[in-house]
Order: sequence, then structure tokens, then C-alpha cells
Amino acid sequence: MGVITELVILVLAAWVGIEVVSKVPQMLHTPLMSGTNAIHGVVLVGAILVLGAAAGGTVEVVCGIIAVAFGAANVVGGFVVTDRMLQMFKRRPEPKREGDE
Amino acid sequence: MTQDDLIQLAYLVAAFCFILGLKWLSSPRSARRGNQVAALGMAIAIGATVADERVVDYTWIIIAALVGGSIGAVIARRVQMTAMPQLVALLNGLGGGAAALIAVSEYHAHGALGETSLGGVAAVSVMFSAIVGSVSFAGSLVAFGKLQELLPGRPITWPAQKAVNAILAIAIVALAVWASLAISDPVLWILVALALVLGTAAVLPIGGADMPVVIAFLNACTGLAAAATGFALGNVLLIIAGVLVGASGTLLTQLMSKAMNRSLTSVLFGAFGGGAPGGGGAARGESLPVLEIAPADLAAQLVYARRVVIVPGYGLAVAQAQHPVRELVDLLGERGVEVTFAIHPVAGRMPGHMNVLLAEADVPYDKLLEMEEANPDFPQTDIVLVIGANDVVNPAARDDPSSPLFGMPILEVDRAEHVVVFKRSMASGFAGVENMLFHDPKTRMLFGDARKSLAQLVQDVQDV
Repeated sequence: MGVITELVILVLAAWVGIEVVSKVPQMLHTPLMSGTNAIHGVVLVGAILVLGAAAGGTVEVVCGIIAVAFGAANVVGGFVVTDRMLQMFKRRPEPKREGDE
Repeated sequence: MTQDDLIQLAYLVAAFCFILGLKWLSSPRSARRGNQVAALGMAIAIGATVADERVVDYTWIIIAALVGGSIGAVIARRVQMTAMPQLVALLNGLGGGAAALIAVSEYHAHGALGETSLGGVAAVSVMFSAIVGSVSFAGSLVAFGKLQELLPGRPITWPAQKAVNAILAIAIVALAVWASLAISDPVLWILVALALVLGTAAVLPIGGADMPVVIAFLNACTGLAAAATGFALGNVLLIIAGVLVGASGTLLTQLMSKAMNRSLTSVLFGAFGGGAPGGGGAARGESLPVLEIAPADLAAQLVYARRVVIVPGYGLAVAQAQHPVRELVDLLGERGVEVTFAIHPVAGRMPGHMNVLLAEADVPYDKLLEMEEANPDFPQTDIVLVIGANDVVNPAARDDPSSPLFGMPILEVDRAEHVVVFKRSMASGFAGVENMLFHDPKTRMLFGDARKSLAQLVQDVQDV
């Protein structure tokens, strides 16, 4: 793919990103950060491509192994913790007040 | 259709899932589904990549992914909600580190193919992700260390800081040009080492209160580094996902800087809080009167109030006081007192930090008001409880042009009938600026650990 096509994709993705993210309310900014954190774990894809190519010498293998481990921790940790946070956001308190006292 | 077409299609689906996931984050009702859709997209992307015919050796991939993934899962499950900023900083660093390692590896591969110099696109993308990834890795780890209190949270400064950083930055760019024109692994390693030093040196002088800006900025850096590896590897999905994160991080950085009335450059190069105004102000403050209140008296006032607003700050997180706060809100609610929370955009150590803590304590999110919604109602509020917040309620930011905080938007709690400040001691806020709110005749102080004070208050409200 040509570099111009890639630049077009970059600009369009940036535009969509700004449009979509600017609608996220302040209340959800922490999950937004940890969620986008998980999404940049997509470097795992790059790390797999680097490590999986058999032609690699020692440098590629060592860098690749660390990069895959980092990327995997980033992806799994990011999505899991974001899910944990988001399941806590509730609208109304559970109506069990009589039972409490 | 060739195998490559199928992989590209899978990447398209993944990109669509990421965007949909971010879109669903715009409402708390759909947000969890959004995160799950993004995770599904990631799974599709990884599945497609593993099926790529260029990937022939799976042993190390499986081992490394299992080790990394399980560490990530364990940490993410165990972490306390108060420690969320540290975790985000850590994950961010890992992503940045991975991007830098991919760049180093790609660079080596070009050399191994017998090339003597890098072409334009390869040079820019490889160097960008090596530099920005390394800066983000080191910077995020320092931020993690500060938030986890492994490193001192106050700004660490040394002579000629800005000059040293500028020289480092120039040296890094020069090395990047050199390494692109004549491929040589040692030159790139020196470049990466200097970028790590720069990332460390850039974040060490930044104080705790500026962390929301720094974390958002580092998040943007890692996203852009990931996008750059996309150019280096010719991978469209990396470009799209990286840029999405870059856009989000940039936007949050802007929002946070605006909420603190400080430019990004002043946060990154300012070393706020170490300077003279703090010392002078604190000395002046000690001679001013401070009125205290006992929990039992406050309990009586609260029960007879109509409208109470709680302003939470980082002190609430430190004291782990979110659960007693919820108990207090429930008790007052049963007695017909209307209680809401007013949340400043930079309260806590990362954007939205307070909302997560209160959500954890089962406070319904429709009780949490943003600054713009909360401010008009303070004049009709009977009592404001300021719990572990300081600079975000400092009226000097509105009234005193000589204050370092001047111009920062604040929660105007001084317009309420009564203000009660929960505070450990009279120490000044992270900005080191004296807060005249504490000496206002309508303000009462409740000194001590916020968690214990609130527990006592809950007890006293029950007894009223």
C-alpha cells in the first residue's frame, strides 16, 4: 500500500477519533483512558509479525519476545480493568433500604 | 480472495469494532458493551495476524503472549480503584515500550537485508516510534513510580533542567538523522538510551497535581508511536488504532490543561509547586484564624439541611473514604436531604478518577455533577463538604490575579451557606498555594483522616 493511501487513512482516522471521543462525558474519562490504552495494545499485532518471521536474528527474537509480552499485558490488562470499572457505573441505588436497618 | 485480502478484511472489522466501542463509551449505559466490542475487535485482529503466512514460528509468540497476558490479567483483577492512575500509567508504558522494540527490530531487519540507509517513510516511522515509544515508556514508568509512591510525588528538580532536556532532544534528533543515513545498530541503541533518559528527565520534575495532564499526554504519545509502527510495518490497522488513541489522548490533554488553566508546555517544563509562592503563603496563613467543627455538631447541621453538596478530591482517594461517604449520602437521603457530588475535571490523579471511585462505592452516577452543572447551584446550597480537595475550590483562582492559580476554573463552594473542609492538617495543596477558603468566616475545618472523620460523622448522624 502506498504511503499516500496510508496518510489518507491516518487523517480520516484522526478525524473520526476526535469526533467520537469528544462525545465521551467527563464521568467516563478514566474508562476512556484505560480503554484507549487497551486499544493501543494493538502494537501486539506488530510484535507478532516481527517475532513470527523466521528470518529474524537474535535482535529480532529478543525484541519481539519482550514486545509480545508487553503488548499482551497491555491488551489483556487494559480491557479487563476497563470492564471492571464500567460494570460499577449504575444509575439508581438498589431499593433495599428497608432491609438495611 | 487471497489470504492477504482476508486478513485486511479482518483488520477492517477490527477497526470498525474499535470505533464503535469508543462511540458506545459516550453513555454509561452502553459503555461496558463498547469496551467488549473493542476487545472483540482486538481478538479478531490478533487471530488474523496469527494466521498471516509470514508468521511461521509460534513457540515464542505463545509463550510470551501467555506470560504477558496472564500478568496483565492478574494485575487488572487485583488493582484497587484508587490505584487506577498507576495502572493506566503502567499499561501505557508497556505499549510504548513494545512500539519502541518493534522499531528497533525493524531497523535491525533493514540492516540485515544489506541496506545501508533507510528510505524516507521507513526512516521517519522507525525513528518516530523508537523515540516516542521510548520516551513514553520511561515517562510512564516514572509517573507510575510517583503515583505508587515509590518515587517522591513532589517535583524533583535540578540545575539547568530545561537546557539539559533541550540538549538531549537535539542530540536525539541528530542521532535519528545519522542512524537513518547510515544504518548502524549501536547508533540506534544510543538513541534509544537517550530517549529513555529524556522521558525520565521530563516526568521527574512534574508534581502530583499535574499527573492528569501528564498521563493523558503519555497516552497520546503511545498511540502515535503505535501508529508510526503501522507505517514502518505497512500495517493499516496499527495506523488506525494508534491514531484513534492519539486523538483521544490529545483531546484529554487539552481538556485537562484547560481545566487547570495551564498550557501543556508549562506543565511539561514548569515544575509547578516547588517555587517561592508556597513558602510565603504558608507562613502568612498560620497567623490567620481557623474555625473547627466537631463531627457531632456537623451531623446535627447536616440532618436539618435541605441541600448538601460534596466536593471530593484526591485526599478522599488516599484515605479510601469513598465507602463511608456513600453511607453518609444514604443516611442523609433517608432523612430527605438532597445530596449531590460536584466533581472538578482535574480532581484526583487522572481524568475522571473521582467518578470511578464513587461508582465503586455504589453512588449512582446521576448524583455526580460536572463543574458547569454544579456551580450555579452553590448559592442555594446549605452545606458543602469538601473532602480532600484544595486547589480546585480555592477562591484565589477566581479573585486574586497575583495567585499562581489565577484563571483556573474552580468549584465556587464559597458561595454556599456553609462550608466544611475535611483535611488532614493545614498543609497547603499540591500547588503549594495558600487557600483563603479555610479562613473564611463561613468555613469550618474538620481535621483528621477523612475515612475516620466520615465514619464518626455517620455514627453521629445515626444518633441525631
